[in-house]
Amino acid sequence: METRKITKVDLIFEHIDPREVLVKAYKLGSEGIIQEMLDSGVKGRGGAGFPTGMKWKFCAAEPEPEKYIVCNADEGEPGTFKDREILDRVSYKVFGGMAIAARAVGARRGYVYLRGEYKFLMPQLLMELDGFHKMIDEIGYDFRIEFKLGSGAYICGEESALFESIEGKRGEPRNKPPYPTKCGLFGKPTVVNNVETLVNAVIIIKYGSEKYRSMGTQFSTGAKVFSVSGDTPTPGIYELELGMTCLEFVKEFGDGDAKAVQVGGAAGFCVPRKAFAKTIIGFEGVPTGGSMKLFNSSRSMYNVLHNYLDFFAEESCGQCTPCRIGTQQLLRGVEAVKRGEMKSAYLNELVKLAETMKISSKCGLGQSVGNAFNSIVENFREEIIY
Amino acid sequence: MYQTDNLVKELVELHGAGRTSLIPILQGIVEKYNYLSDDAMVEVAKELDLSAAEVYGTASFYSFLDIKPRGKYVIRVCKTITCSMKGKMEVIETLEDMLKIKVGETTSNGKFTLLETNCMGWCHKAPAMLINEIPYTELTTEKVVKIIKDYMHQ
Amino acid sequence: MINLTINSNPVAVPEGWTVLQAAEKLNVRIPTLCNHPDLCVAGNCRVCVVEQKDARTLIASCSQPATEGMEIMTNTLKVRNARKHIVELLLSEHRADCTKCYRNQNCELQALANEFAFGDHLFLDLVGEHEHLIDRTSASIIKDDSKCIRCQRCVRTCTELQKVSAIAVSGKGHEQKISTFHDRPISHVVCTNCGQCVNRCPTGALTEKTYIDHVWDAIYDPSKKVIVQTAPAVRVALGEDLGYDPGERVTGKLVSALRQLGFDYVLDTDFSADLTIMEEGTELLTRLKKALVDGDKETSLPMFTSCSPGWIKFIEHKYPELLPNLSTCKSPQQMFGALAKTYFADNVKVDPENIVSVSIMPCTAKKFEANRPEMRDSGYKDVDFVLTTRELAIMIKQAGIDFRRLDTSNYDSVMGESTGAAVIFGATGGVMEAALRTAYEIVTGKEVPFENINIMPVRGMEGVKEATIKIEGCLKEWSFLEGAELNVAIAHGLTNADKVMSAVARGEANYHFIEIMACPGGCIGGGGQPIPTSTAIRQNRIDAIYAEDMSMAIRKSHENPEVVAVYKNFLGEPNSHKAHELLHTHYVERMRY
Repeated sequence: METRKITKVDLIFEHIDPREVLVKAYKLGSEGIIQEMLDSGVKGRGGAGFPTGMKWKFCAAEPEPEKYIVCNADEGEPGTFKDREILDRVSYKVFGGMAIAARAVGARRGYVYLRGEYKFLMPQLLMELDGFHKMIDEIGYDFRIEFKLGSGAYICGEESALFESIEGKRGEPRNKPPYPTKCGLFGKPTVVNNVETLVNAVIIIKYGSEKYRSMGTQFSTGAKVFSVSGDTPTPGIYELELGMTCLEFVKEFGDGDAKAVQVGGAAGFCVPRKAFAKTIIGFEGVPTGGSMKLFNSSRSMYNVLHNYLDFFAEESCGQCTPCRIGTQQLLRGVEAVKRGEMKSAYLNELVKLAETMKISSKCGLGQSVGNAFNSIVENFREEIIY
Repeated sequence: MYQTDNLVKELVELHGAGRTSLIPILQGIVEKYNYLSDDAMVEVAKELDLSAAEVYGTASFYSFLDIKPRGKYVIRVCKTITCSMKGKMEVIETLEDMLKIKVGETTSNGKFTLLETNCMGWCHKAPAMLINEIPYTELTTEKVVKIIKDYMHQ
Repeated sequence: MINLTINSNPVAVPEGWTVLQAAEKLNVRIPTLCNHPDLCVAGNCRVCVVEQKDARTLIASCSQPATEGMEIMTNTLKVRNARKHIVELLLSEHRADCTKCYRNQNCELQALANEFAFGDHLFLDLVGEHEHLIDRTSASIIKDDSKCIRCQRCVRTCTELQKVSAIAVSGKGHEQKISTFHDRPISHVVCTNCGQCVNRCPTGALTEKTYIDHVWDAIYDPSKKVIVQTAPAVRVALGEDLGYDPGERVTGKLVSALRQLGFDYVLDTDFSADLTIMEEGTELLTRLKKALVDGDKETSLPMFTSCSPGWIKFIEHKYPELLPNLSTCKSPQQMFGALAKTYFADNVKVDPENIVSVSIMPCTAKKFEANRPEMRDSGYKDVDFVLTTRELAIMIKQAGIDFRRLDTSNYDSVMGESTGAAVIFGATGGVMEAALRTAYEIVTGKEVPFENINIMPVRGMEGVKEATIKIEGCLKEWSFLEGAELNVAIAHGLTNADKVMSAVARGEANYHFIEIMACPGGCIGGGGQPIPTSTAIRQNRIDAIYAEDMSMAIRKSHENPEVVAVYKNFLGEPNSHKAHELLHTHYVERMRY
């Protein structure tokens, strides 16, 4: 398997002339853009990693004339803060990615769903959007973007919950199928992409898919913005090529005492020290929306797990049984084991429950609680018990 | 004084009377009064032709659409993992001492409400808190004292 | 057609069918909870998960469309383990005091527990984690959150079928629950008491408020004469709670059972249903005359029926501006009640003070109706206790009565005579049909021009029905109606009622008379009827209603001899002063939200 050393790049935050890229995209037209996206091999940067070109292709193929582009800026995964930084520094690239997507699939309306916690960015973003609209009008795009603000609900980062929220309802994920590209916002074909994915579209159109593919690995092309936090002397945002191992990451960012890295946030996986060397950060290993949290040996993994479970029990939408009650059972269960009220063998039941949640929950939230739970319990069982 | 009649009408004027306007309208009320009173929710239900239970059900889903009376300044301290690791408890204790309230409570003068919230995207500058919509990061006891003193004098 | 296999058996289904429907076609049973045939798909409870070959996760069969080539397995180890976990999770959140529960042995969660979760509980008991509200404020419905499994059937019922939304899902995560507006008492929100949520609740979270013990107390009180009336829809549904298939008529056994329970007089709401036709029919003709001949602008048309107390509360909340259009007639239950403690008391020479008036109703809203302050025109509470069909079945079981072996018997007089017109009150369109049978004959002296006087256009399950009856050959005094076309509409289920009302409110409806029933299918689908319910079950009950109608010797209200007698001996004539005093009422405007 091909791996990379840590390679820092500067594509996301690099200042470019957006007009040039958008003119190029306009000329490429739908098929040209989609071909570039497919050739680039880019996968969604929000965490789920669906090939973006495919998504656009499906949506473009829908005969329905009314379509939407939605930018998912409901960055709520614990440990992720890259989208805020991107919007703060290069919002025109995010808008640009939306316009390119719109050109590709034939949409005239777009929404940015910005989490309520980032409301302070709004005045600046609205001003920048104004300028952006003027620019695309001149190029010939028939496209308008509107902001929708979240109000403190992690689950609204799930794409169908996000649609529900824009539609004025409780942010409860929908049954799938149908998928958004066929029946999304307001029941219309919709492309929903993460902030960073949309910026990647600008990069791909600007530099071409070939150059893009030359970064990263075969299955994880391009670079990725990582949000680094926890026990690190250098917390912050870093744009790195995909394909490094966890060990390389820890060498670069750790404080010399890292015992675990939580890759992908609360919904992601806990990689223990012994697995650092063999764990690749990327779609062929452990995927991540960018959250990289380091824990050193002074940290109790029980506290880490408890914190995550508390988070999920609050942030589950509550509609489906495995997630609503399962999150509570996992939380109360580890507490009971810790206090000695339940035998340590009860952890085995909880691991099985977490497996059930993975395969029977309605959406990605419930399905991913088991990732953190099982990887922490598996690797730090004694810390949970004693 | 909590008077929503005109505000709700203005917000409906601004956003429209469709279901999609519900959340922006509720956000508009919270922006002005920091929480949704029962009367305000009924008023919104009337304007949007929804049932009051549905307005309540939607509002109560979103933690920023408070349905309990809140102070003029709502302090939300992040309680998720990195902030917890980096001194969130000290921040809370400092705030509790200064404001003489516990988490979940509002000062008797109605000026401050102290709450906890889930990850707000400042893990690299933990611990962090929001006061209304303004984020404050890399908090220390001294920093918190200074920030709150400024608000007290506002 | 879509071809797939379920447990290796091939099946072909039309496009758009779900995996669950495909399994049903093969008679493969997949357990469900949040699924209900009357409601849209939710996919919440996850009990119906099945395995699809090569899929990463299990799939919810209720929401997953069947696709070509799908290979589904419904009973693998993976599926069984997941289902067991899901049932165990639901149980951990559910206050399982089954032996004390009103829904004991008729509970869908209990049935699933029996299949998947016997023995020790797998998980921690979470019931104590939350403060649970038991709301007993309503005269009709009790809501116990500690038994709620959040399947949201009630919310979908209240929204989709009834367009009331008195309850909604609130909170999120571990705080998610089913709430009224800000958890206000049910008695203080827009709930119509229709009880459709009760009919669809899989557990004991929503039940009717029961008055069984009050009724037993009255029966055992030697100083009281206890009279009972039975609504038309009860006789075609009671059997379901006593081991019969839906659609079985048990009228004669019902009467015998009530006697054995110890009621002193067993009487029939059908009598007062016929009386309602006389009063309401006369009211309609009077309104038509005032509007058409006298040119009275104050007369409100169209006129709406007023038999259904869920509908009454709905219009009081939602369309108070249309209250003048509502017939002032009390419902048959309350007409009966007012006469029970006056006319009937005189007849049997019992002091009305000592009469306890009980009604057996397919309806939970009737409990509320009987408690309305307006309903005391006899000088007493006109109807003391209202029991649902379900409660009566419980009493019959409590008394150890072998219902199947009962002989049939007849109602007592002087308020026990029935007609086919009264019986069909139980089905949507029935009041309209009964009214037309009588009104047409009053106006023209001839029977309605339909084969066997079965007015087919007003029958059936369509949500809103319309019909036009041309009036020809009028008697002299009604000549102003000659050639007139009477436009009528019928709606059942409050969502359909709302459609008609908004058209009326906008001035876009050209009707003279509208029948509204709060419940789907009319009273046979009432909130007090046996559980479960579905379109098929309701259709069976309706078929039984019309069969009962056809079996009756008298099929027109104005020919009911006891009705003729009550006018001759007591009331004078329809809409007389005395009739107005006892049989008519007024309405109140209620808060809109």
